[in-house]
Amino acid sequence: MMRELFNFHGGVKPETNKAQSTREPIVVAPLPPHLVVPLHQSIGGTPHPLVQAGERVLKGQRIGAADGNVSAAVHAPTSGKIVAVEPRVMAHTSGLAMLSVVIEPDGEEAWMPLYPSNYRSMQPDEIRDTLRDAGVVGLGGAVFPSHLKLKGARDKRMTLILNGAECEPYITCDDMLMRERAQDILRGAQIMRHMLGAQDVLIGIEDNKPEAAQAMREAARALGERMDVVVVPTRYPAGGAKQLIRVLTGIEVPHGSRSTDYGVQCFNVGTAYAIHETLNLGRPLISRIVTVSGNVERPRNYEVLFGTPMSHLVKLAGGRPDTDRTIMGGPMMGYLMPNPDVPVVKATNCVIAGSRAMFPPPPPEMPCIRCTACVDVCPADLQPHEMYWFARAKNFGKAQEYHLFDCIECGCCAYVCPSHIPLVDYYRFAKTEIWARERDKAAADSARERFEFRTFREEREKEEKAAKLAAKTAAGRQTAEKKAVPAAAPAGDALQAAAAAAQAEGTVATPSAPPQPATADLSAPVAAETAPAADPKKALIEAAIERARKQREAVSPKNTDNLSDAKRAEIAEIEARRAKIREMAKTHDEDGAS
Amino acid sequence: MPGSHTLATVAPRAVMRRPWKSDLNNSPYVRKPASVQSVMLRVLLALVPGIAAYVWYFGAGILVNLAIASAAALAGEAAMLHARGRPMGIFLADLSAIVTAWLIVLTFPPIVPWWITAGATLFAIVIVKQLYGGLGQNPFNPAMAAYAITIVAFPALMSQWPHAGVDFASQLDLILGGERTLDAITGATPLDALRTAMHSAAGTQTVAQVLAGGTAFGLFGGRGWEWIAVAYLLGGLYLWQQRIISWHMPAAFISGIVVVAGLLHLINADQFAAPIFHLLSGGTMLAAFFIVTDPVSGATTPRGKLIFAAGAALVTVVIRTFGAYPDGIAFAVLLMNICVPLIDMKTQPPVFGHKDD
Amino acid sequence: MLSALLIMALGAVVLGAALGWASIKFKVEGDPLVDKVDAILPQTQCGQCGFPGCRPYATAIAKGEADINQCPPGGEEGIRKLADLLGREFKPLNAEHGVEKPKSVAIIDEATCIGCTLCIQACPVDAIVGAAKQMHTIVAPLCTGCELCLPPCPVNCITMQPIGETVETWKWKYPVIEIKPAEDKKAA
Repeated sequence: MMRELFNFHGGVKPETNKAQSTREPIVVAPLPPHLVVPLHQSIGGTPHPLVQAGERVLKGQRIGAADGNVSAAVHAPTSGKIVAVEPRVMAHTSGLAMLSVVIEPDGEEAWMPLYPSNYRSMQPDEIRDTLRDAGVVGLGGAVFPSHLKLKGARDKRMTLILNGAECEPYITCDDMLMRERAQDILRGAQIMRHMLGAQDVLIGIEDNKPEAAQAMREAARALGERMDVVVVPTRYPAGGAKQLIRVLTGIEVPHGSRSTDYGVQCFNVGTAYAIHETLNLGRPLISRIVTVSGNVERPRNYEVLFGTPMSHLVKLAGGRPDTDRTIMGGPMMGYLMPNPDVPVVKATNCVIAGSRAMFPPPPPEMPCIRCTACVDVCPADLQPHEMYWFARAKNFGKAQEYHLFDCIECGCCAYVCPSHIPLVDYYRFAKTEIWARERDKAAADSARERFEFRTFREEREKEEKAAKLAAKTAAGRQTAEKKAVPAAAPAGDALQAAAAAAQAEGTVATPSAPPQPATADLSAPVAAETAPAADPKKALIEAAIERARKQREAVSPKNTDNLSDAKRAEIAEIEARRAKIREMAKTHDEDGAS
Repeated sequence: MPGSHTLATVAPRAVMRRPWKSDLNNSPYVRKPASVQSVMLRVLLALVPGIAAYVWYFGAGILVNLAIASAAALAGEAAMLHARGRPMGIFLADLSAIVTAWLIVLTFPPIVPWWITAGATLFAIVIVKQLYGGLGQNPFNPAMAAYAITIVAFPALMSQWPHAGVDFASQLDLILGGERTLDAITGATPLDALRTAMHSAAGTQTVAQVLAGGTAFGLFGGRGWEWIAVAYLLGGLYLWQQRIISWHMPAAFISGIVVVAGLLHLINADQFAAPIFHLLSGGTMLAAFFIVTDPVSGATTPRGKLIFAAGAALVTVVIRTFGAYPDGIAFAVLLMNICVPLIDMKTQPPVFGHKDD
Repeated sequence: MLSALLIMALGAVVLGAALGWASIKFKVEGDPLVDKVDAILPQTQCGQCGFPGCRPYATAIAKGEADINQCPPGGEEGIRKLADLLGREFKPLNAEHGVEKPKSVAIIDEATCIGCTLCIQACPVDAIVGAAKQMHTIVAPLCTGCELCLPPCPVNCITMQPIGETVETWKWKYPVIEIKPAEDKKAA
């Protein structure tokens, strides 16, 4: 069947260098002496450690629990002893250390009890929770938690796209996975199709992988599934999710939108395989296929446990002595590793040992001559030379106007630049700088708001005090004798109540949210006032002020006008709870006093 | 080398942080073998057929000028790079100064005195290019700025062209500052000849009559000029095939000339020359493939390129037909150079996923 | 003569009306300069500048009563931005007001805290929660690192801890431009 294919703008055709690593089948990498499993391996929250040093773990045991919904759990890749839970250098260019679980394997590979589940009898939410807790994330490199993408759109005809394009040079892990485990990939795709309610399933494979395409076609036939294997022209970056969606369906998913809204969802073939393992076999994600290539004697694909040091793999493949760098990913988008021993993580599709001879340093950077070679190859239809200009001048507003954040950092522009400008470095610099500034700005804005509110509050309290004092002097003149004695008792009560309220709110108030005016209103200043009030006369005055203030608040709440009914109900509920706490605190205090 | 490591000896946690200023670059680690030098070299190569045709029709004097201009360009570039504290080797080797020098020579009369060639080249390199920041920074096309200033300063010398077939010795003599009284040797360019004839005839002669009568004219355009133009076209097609220039600029420039000249010709065929004459006379073909396509001072968006080149074409024909100068390409290009930031800003193409906005 | 006068008068009326309309239509609320200055200040509210908070300092700068180099948390970058905004000359940070320090947050040693609430009163941005005789704690994301809570603490249980870089907050460095020798840049 011939399918109409669409085209994406630009792209380049670098030397693919894939043949070297496809000669041998996938082999399981032997256990290294230590596994260092970072907890943060996916987009989203960093999982909480569930184990401590000294504990024994089984293969597949959860060692990090997902932090919220946008996160994915982490598991022990093998059985053994936890040596440490401490920060270790991450597989990240920064060279920063993050909390990791260090496991000393016992060599027994003793699995946890595995519970395969029948996805057809499960609720979608249940399946998503299972996937999150099995740590399934996108294995194409973006490591976005997969369960978040597996939501159908009710009113849309959904198309599921399996990404087997694998356009980066050197990398062949998807290719080999498709050749050897095509049926299991498609079993995973069945689950995805089921969850998305997808009518069409398209498997995009670049035309330089005919064996993989053939294997996938046969597997689809064997499973009796209607899934179309679509061979797409080899052109980097055809394997970019957005580019592949465009090629297969003609749909362009803009930056910042979800592809579900456009009726498509795209997953890496490795992710499909992981989903199959999770649900049909009950195994969490603890390993992946990793291409080891570059400056090694025997490039090939390994099935690698997460936490395996990259140097272990390079050694297995026969790293040559002039290797001077380790690259995670391909030569177009891959990242330099801070040292050769950083662990393989979920994002590691390829480990390239590099040398100066293999990746010579670029010739000296020349000025941009505006030749627009970068424009011609940009798959996101950007104007890279303009973005470069603004990023270099640190004119970030302008850089964003030229759609800096639509840049997928594919590296095509830098690949063709005759002036050898490290264009992508400028974009990465500008992007992280903009994010940092946005964070700073948000923090400053929130600090300003809180400071202004505090100033306003202090101002108001001063006024209230003055008013109260004036009122009291006036009243005092009239009933000076009568009031003097009995006033002491209620004043004491009010004092206690105020202290209790402050205490209650101080502990109840949620720290993360900026304080609600009504709450903040009471807590800090009341505490401030009550603390030094040892002098009974002072206490008298303050208690009176407090009483008057409460009265006024009861009569005319300042910031609660024009509220919705729901809000009103919520406030009433909070007030009721507060009153109860006050009551309890009061009795408690009295008990304590007596 | 500090970056190298043997796999066995590096203990975990030994290297906490890759020193940023290490000499390892970030991705991409592979690059297409492209350089400014190779781009400029291919531009020079593409000019060779035109130069050959030039020599064939107008003699080898041009070669002397090419040598003078190249030397002046390199000297000026070197002096300015030194003054600005820039590395000299790579910037001299990028060949961009040579391209500017050759374009100046190819737009100037081949028998112009050597000091004009040298002065104009120095002006282009020192003032128009280096003082604005050197390679890639100049807002104006250096060759065209040099042409414009020279034709304003020395209008007479800039409009004397040798007749076809003038021998090398007398050309050399003229270049080296010889006496210029020989009408037998020098004459006007076809565009100039047509203009002068039309002005002096003041309506008594039609274009067709002038073209049939003058010795400066050939089959379609100027004698000799038309074949030089064809050679430039060949060179331009090579550049297009090499993807050094896109089709936008030449196409828009040529069709702009055809449309504007064609409209005028349709209005009054007696008064205005046919489009083919405009195409094959003066610097049209050189401009279409080598001058308006200058990336540094031109527009960069696809639509912007079309507007830039079409605008240049319009101004060129208007100046040729109604202005005081025989050829208006230099002024047209400079005028459009000024508009480039605006054109680029207003013609940003939609980016991926935002095409419906 | 008369028509000329009429035309001029008419012109004056029309232009006057237009100006009047514009002044109502495009009326600017508040003092935009103070807002702009305030937006540059880091909102630490530490008072090191000698004013009780960032906004009062911004007001003083806008009025020309304070210099632009009195804000240590804003640092050199902040002074540069202020100099740009106000068209003034850049000057180094006035050491009288303190020195630029790495961004930090205050941490309360909760075992030592006696619950005196003094730090709560001192915190300009309500980043400390706690109550009398109860342990206090600092809400780290809200803390601006102003250090105002340090002096009041009677038991010295508050320390400043620099904020470390994480993988999330790590920034790519500005690419090194090899081609420009640094001398002429420094001289400028």
